[in-house]
Amino acid sequence: MRTDISKINLESPYTDLTEGLKVFNGGTSKQFHTGEWRTNTPVFHADKCKQCLLCAPVCPDSSIPVKDGKRGDFLYDYCKGCGICAKACPFDAISMKEGK
Amino acid sequence: MAIRERMSGNEAVSYAIKQINPDVMPAFPITPSTEIPQYVSTYIANGEIDTEFIPVESEHSSMSAAVGASAAGARTLTATSSCGMALMWEELYIAASNRLPIALALVNRTLSGPININCDHTDSMGARDSGWIQIYSENNQEAYDNFVQAYRIAEHPDVRLPIMICQDGFITSHGVENISLLEDDLVKNFVGEYNPEEYLLNAGNPMALGTYSVTNFCMEANKLQEIAMENAKQVILDVAKEFEQISGRKYAFFEEYKLEDADYAMVIINSAAGTAKDAIDVLRESGKKVGLLKIRVFRPFPEDEIAKALAHVKGLAIMDRADSYRGGGGPLGVEVRSALFKNKVMLDSVNFIYGLGGRDFTTGDVADIFETLEDIVERGAKPVDYKYIGLREA
Repeated sequence: MRTDISKINLESPYTDLTEGLKVFNGGTSKQFHTGEWRTNTPVFHADKCKQCLLCAPVCPDSSIPVKDGKRGDFLYDYCKGCGICAKACPFDAISMKEGK
Repeated sequence: MAIRERMSGNEAVSYAIKQINPDVMPAFPITPSTEIPQYVSTYIANGEIDTEFIPVESEHSSMSAAVGASAAGARTLTATSSCGMALMWEELYIAASNRLPIALALVNRTLSGPININCDHTDSMGARDSGWIQIYSENNQEAYDNFVQAYRIAEHPDVRLPIMICQDGFITSHGVENISLLEDDLVKNFVGEYNPEEYLLNAGNPMALGTYSVTNFCMEANKLQEIAMENAKQVILDVAKEFEQISGRKYAFFEEYKLEDADYAMVIINSAAGTAKDAIDVLRESGKKVGLLKIRVFRPFPEDEIAKALAHVKGLAIMDRADSYRGGGGPLGVEVRSALFKNKVMLDSVNFIYGLGGRDFTTGDVADIFETLEDIVERGAKPVDYKYIGLREA
């Protein structure tokens, strides 16, 4: 029953859909750029960042890339501007800017 | 050898649960189904089964936890009644659309208001469009037998839908009657182990369930769910046939009682069928050709089969233990008449509303109902669309 959902698209007939709309294979949200409807924007100040990484796990999406134990700048494709990361940062390394 | 016992309907269902030993039971107590989680917790406390019992703070949570447990891959059940089911409303639909084979032991009790703890069918009839399979039980024996068959139907790969096994609050849930139980091994082998193909705790095979569906996919998912309900018809019959082999007891979509040659018939659900059968026996002795069709499977609704079984009848009483408040009777009235119309079976019918809030339904009421049908068909009385029976009138 496991279906390659990358083969399912807006034209797929109902018979091709998975039972109960089960989604197989993780990470499919990467295909959806939810940052398109961002309302506020976090700004990363690398000079203030101590790389404590408190911000990365609280991001509800995948907007803070971590590589080799260090975070990089925001991936705005997935950021809706919720501001949780800015609240979590103890060093003022993230500030929030109004708008996109 | 079958085991002869005396049990209430609640204990009978609990006994079936003990024999099945499901994985998870989240439950919140509500009259008259409270005894079911009580019995099950006792079995667990005594070490007779290893079901994980989750005490929750509401029925909204019990069905939510059931959805989570079932999605995780556990054979899951809960029990409730009346407003408890009403509080599950949102999750009933989620369980069905997520295609989770959860079993629900429903003990029918009226919905508020006026607030009342006794039997009618307003709870399950309200949930008739929630996508759950609904199977009804006349007595403790049927409640037990139906529950033993429940997972085989719900978990079938062609179906995978939640199932509720309904019985009448207090009348059968608390009434103690003789019962014939199956041996533990027989039930265990019949129900079998639950091995879902896809589930959330399937390590190495990630899956997401209950995700947002945009408009482009919603209707397609609904159609697949509808097909599953259609498929349930054949599965219910197949499982019943297998169950007959281990129990000697026959089940179908409905039971026909002295219906074959009947001029007048009654369609009824659950315990009141017993009362009607007694009345029919007496009326038959005085030469009245009367019979009964007792619906066991209400979802999926076996409309063509019902119409065929009633095709020879002159007058029909459709008995609803719930009013739809549509200004024209109850849900069974609508569905049976629709089945007859679709199959071009034209006969006089009256939709009787009876037994609301636990109002007694007597053999005298049954005799009066058949009399009313005779008056309409044979003596030219004015046809009646729908009517409350057992009502105090000035």
